Amino acid sequence: MADFNSALWSIVIAAVTVVSILALLWFTWSQAAGRRPTAGQKVETMGHTWDGDLAEFNNPLPKWWLNLFYITLVWGLGYLIAYPGLGAFKGMLGWSAQNQYDAEVAKADATYGPLFDKYKAVPVEQLVNDQEALTVGKRLFATYCTQCHGSDAGGARGFPNLTDNDWLWGGTPETIEQTILNGRQGAMPAWVAVIGEDGVKNVASYVEHLAGRQVDAATVEAGQKVFSTTCIACHGPEGKGNALMGAPNLTDDVWLYGGSHERIAESITKGRNGHMPAHREFLGEAKVHLLSAYVYSFAKGNAPAQ
Amino acid sequence: MKHEQIEVNIGFMMVLIILTISVGGLIQIVPLFFQQTTTQPVEGLKPYSALEVAGRDIYIREGCYTCHSQMIRPFRAETERYGHYSLAGEFVYDHPFQWGSKRTGPDLARVGGRYSDDWHRVHMNNPRDVVPESIMPGYPWLERTALTTDTIGKRMSVLRTLGLPYTDDEIAKAPEALQGKTELDALIAYLQNLGTAVKTRR
Repeated sequence: MADFNSALWSIVIAAVTVVSILALLWFTWSQAAGRRPTAGQKVETMGHTWDGDLAEFNNPLPKWWLNLFYITLVWGLGYLIAYPGLGAFKGMLGWSAQNQYDAEVAKADATYGPLFDKYKAVPVEQLVNDQEALTVGKRLFATYCTQCHGSDAGGARGFPNLTDNDWLWGGTPETIEQTILNGRQGAMPAWVAVIGEDGVKNVASYVEHLAGRQVDAATVEAGQKVFSTTCIACHGPEGKGNALMGAPNLTDDVWLYGGSHERIAESITKGRNGHMPAHREFLGEAKVHLLSAYVYSFAKGNAPAQ
Repeated sequence: MKHEQIEVNIGFMMVLIILTISVGGLIQIVPLFFQQTTTQPVEGLKPYSALEVAGRDIYIREGCYTCHSQMIRPFRAETERYGHYSLAGEFVYDHPFQWGSKRTGPDLARVGGRYSDDWHRVHMNNPRDVVPESIMPGYPWLERTALTTDTIGKRMSVLRTLGLPYTDDEIAKAPEALQGKTELDALIAYLQNLGTAVKTRR
């Protein structure tokens, strides 16, 4: 932190600090002088009285008290020699907050690095059988993922449930890992301007029909017409979705944004742009690998107990 | 020097007290104004856009700093959770800074890009919709309140006098940038920008 605009600052700081300490040393010493009364001797007072007979002794500070001041001052000088404080002088110990942090990280890397490397070399398919690896993954998940996907990985409206083996972007270990590393961006446009409000209602009914519900046949037919021209590009002719675009399967009655007629209509009207942030830079590949194994373990049915 | 000399001369005592206090301040505080790490922006740091300035003012208005700090300390436990520790040069455009002093909620110094805009929308409206354990209050009125556009130019001019390098053109166009936006839009724009100038991986 010695990047002052002028080198003079460093000198000024050091000089004022040293002079201050020396001045305090002298001041403390000057207060030490004084008469310490011996037994039987009359004690000197300040020469004034209050309330008739209340006087104030004029004794010097007790020795132990004075010595505490001296010790503090000497400690301060020693500190300034050992640690940074005197202007740009870095101190004899070479300590800095950055050094301490780097040492802490290096120590942790030496401890945990081999563990992460060991797991990184194992494919996710095998890692899901390793309860220890899954426990590490679970802890990582609790720190980095629960804010959106929930502490039970069950998701929330707009944030996918990871435990139901229903995948927007594919559920293989590779695609899960890619999803965490690079993030995902859903892109369902708002359709109300194109197909109109009636169109939205009809398509919503058709989507309900795809999910296996009993819906009025006339609206389903009308909805199918619109669906077959506007929706199949992403959701496919049968509404089975497309994992390459993150387009959900509409036939499985699993809903990211709610499955009521109103919610489906809202999704069609306003569009949906679900976004999973990329985590490669923040977490690094080794942690993502363990997270992938934990997420994948739900589909395999051997996730660690909550 | 005898203590009587100080104690009976009240003027002299005042001089000594002022000297004691000012030396500490002068030596600890003043040099920081002449140090590059504290006065120069880190590489890639941009002054807040008009929308972000509006969002930042909402952050201050709602008192977010009472529960959220914006200061990642150089400890591994913090950098593992939040990302690279905070640097002085990241705050040169903050007037006043929002370091905070207490974490009831998590640190927000690098919350930018951590969650999606949609997440912030749901979370601000009612945090328990996404984080059932959360004790953060909801801020549902932000979504319903339109931004006022008439003061943003003035606010940016004031920030310019404090050192943010805005051009006349940027200030003139500021009300336009806020047109049709809600307070929630502004707050999210501000949050999504936080800490993004420094790489989050250490």
